[in-house]
Amino acid sequence: MSGGTFVGMPAFPEAAREAVGDTTLRANLRHATRTIRDKRAKAVAELADWAELREAGKRVKDHTLRHLDHYLVRLEESVVRAGGTVHWAADAEEANRVVASLVKATGETEVVKVKSMATQEIGLNEALAAEGIRAYETDLAELIVQLGDDRPSHILVPAIHRNRGEIRDIFEREMGSWGRPAPEGLTDSPGELAEAARRHLREKFLRAKVGISGANFMVAETGTMVVVESEGNGRMCLTLPETLISVVGVEKVVPAWRDLEIFLQTLPRSSTAERMNPYTSMWTGTTDEDGPSAFHLVLLDNGRTDTLADEVGRQALRCIRCSACLNVCPVYERAGGHAYGSVYPGPIGAILSPQLRGTRSEIDASLPYASSLCGACYEVCPVAIDIPEVLVHLRERVVQGGAVTRHGNRVTLKPAKGHAAERAAMRAAGLAFARPGVLRLGQRLASRTRRLHPRTLPGPGRAWSAARELPKVPAEPFRDWWQRTRGGTTEGNGK
Amino acid sequence: MSSRDRILGRVRRALADVADDDTPYEQAVGRAYLREHGERTAGQTVDLLAENLADYRALVHRCADEELPELLARLLAERGSRTVLVPPGLPPHWLAAAAATRVPDRATSTARDLDRVDSVLTGCAVAVAETGTLVLDGSPDQGRRRITLVPDHHICVVRVPGQVVPSVPGALGRLDPERPLTWISGPSATSDIELDRVEGVHGPRTLEVVLVSGG
Ligand code: SF4
Repeated sequence: MSGGTFVGMPAFPEAAREAVGDTTLRANLRHATRTIRDKRAKAVAELADWAELREAGKRVKDHTLRHLDHYLVRLEESVVRAGGTVHWAADAEEANRVVASLVKATGETEVVKVKSMATQEIGLNEALAAEGIRAYETDLAELIVQLGDDRPSHILVPAIHRNRGEIRDIFEREMGSWGRPAPEGLTDSPGELAEAARRHLREKFLRAKVGISGANFMVAETGTMVVVESEGNGRMCLTLPETLISVVGVEKVVPAWRDLEIFLQTLPRSSTAERMNPYTSMWTGTTDEDGPSAFHLVLLDNGRTDTLADEVGRQALRCIRCSACLNVCPVYERAGGHAYGSVYPGPIGAILSPQLRGTRSEIDASLPYASSLCGACYEVCPVAIDIPEVLVHLRERVVQGGAVTRHGNRVTLKPAKGHAAERAAMRAAGLAFARPGVLRLGQRLASRTRRLHPRTLPGPGRAWSAARELPKVPAEPFRDWWQRTRGGTTEGNGK
Repeated sequence: MSSRDRILGRVRRALADVADDDTPYEQAVGRAYLREHGERTAGQTVDLLAENLADYRALVHRCADEELPELLARLLAERGSRTVLVPPGLPPHWLAAAAATRVPDRATSTARDLDRVDSVLTGCAVAVAETGTLVLDGSPDQGRRRITLVPDHHICVVRVPGQVVPSVPGALGRLDPERPLTWISGPSATSDIELDRVEGVHGPRTLEVVLVSGG
């Protein structure tokens, strides 16, 4: 999957149809998304100022994006001042080349990795393998995915499509060829499975000389990197090796130290529904005798500046990868993460992948349709990304063509073939979106008439809805709910 | 052209719509959110810390300063710990009553050496009540990051109420970003297998927190 595309992926509707036919997958997913969703709502409700935190997070990210050149240069200065080295990578290939040469310079042929979407996006493990370097995933879920020769299906719990019996079988079959084998008589109890992983991975941590990570945030003012995690595998990779290489998308920068006070409140609650995740590591360059003696930061573009050039689509770069939008999405719940054909599944994947990669492939052109436009994703997003707005914008792009930026150059997209029906639909939608009042009215009507709605979708949605009951239209349109409650924080106050 | 120049050039072209006099950072962000959630006395803040730590499955103990050596000796003995890792600046009297052999944290000790130690004892930089979080900053009473990671049992001593802040914003205001920081909320945990929470995949499986007052 070099370049981040899952090679041979069918377009979303076909992949989704296949996925919804898989009852184990659907049961696992439903359990997972519902559990996390309900817990999250409780964790968020603990903070009376959630709406204000959300607004502040949105504004910090927007401001940073609007001055991204300034903050990247500032970040570079700070990291260098603190003893780190900064590399810039325009695309996946360049990033992989930089990392491979940094690893080679250490003389090592093994690296340990912290779960990172950026390195999955660029296909780093495969690129390193081609250079004779073995990359070990150390997050439990990523380990399950790696040993199972599989793909991640969720941002937060990448192996959620596997149940305990499957995990036991994978461990028994594969651990031995990667290192310490699974113990004799391993059962499928989560405690025993975690213990097997602990022993298997500990051997790798204790001898690793090179660690590779991403980062959740980078602070321009101080040069501080932040990694948020639960298991401690992140801390192992960030502190035990002699060399640390972090590959981070340019959009992860925030201006000031103080800005972390917003995201350290919103990210854990939106993501794992905890007040705070078990471990957060922050490091600024290198520290004498504590942690790696060499720190390299690889700043990754790979389509991000193209996304930045789109004034509507730009907001996707605010994403802090909490995965809350996946857990509320009726389409994701049924189709699963693999159907999206990208490391970024769910609603955020539906708007991010086609922007990072362009809409030339069939799967990318179909992604903006992988949504019911119900608005639940916007409602939960801790940085208020209006995913439905961007979806509609991208559909318009696919259907009508238009000017976009690819690899830094303005190009004009031709209308996609085979989208005649959508073209017609879009003309109607375009009309509604050009007049917010009409849209609101339409949504209200949809809410009031929800009992009368069809059980299958017309057009491109039929493929997945054919096997499914359609999600119910919410009783109250999202926009109305938001205006009434400001995101649920004043629910019941009558404001 | 270097990739740096190429990327920065792309960013600048992408932002052609942003006016030169765009709202400056201070005004653009706006911080209408709360500095802390709810009003509490110092004592109530400490109680909240204890509650949230326990909620995240840390074992919480409280004592007065003069009781600390006895308590620590008991915690180590109950666990059967024969060795305890000690950061260089740990107050010596903390371990005055303990039978366990002190293992000093040396720069030369390898991760494998640390893996053989039963317990680690540290102080703390700041504790956050609303989230039940301990923050270590590598000060002499806390030692290097890896010592609180590799051994399976971590005892952390927090001076209350002095080291406790109500909220995350309060903690960031007290911390020095130039130090390596570790935020710890409960023991290591995973929910990767069917969302069943399992403690301790990689970090210490047992976290004990001693809230010591009057020190
Ligand atoms: S789009 Fe929003 S809700 Fe979805 S992962 Fe990103 S930050 Fe979270």
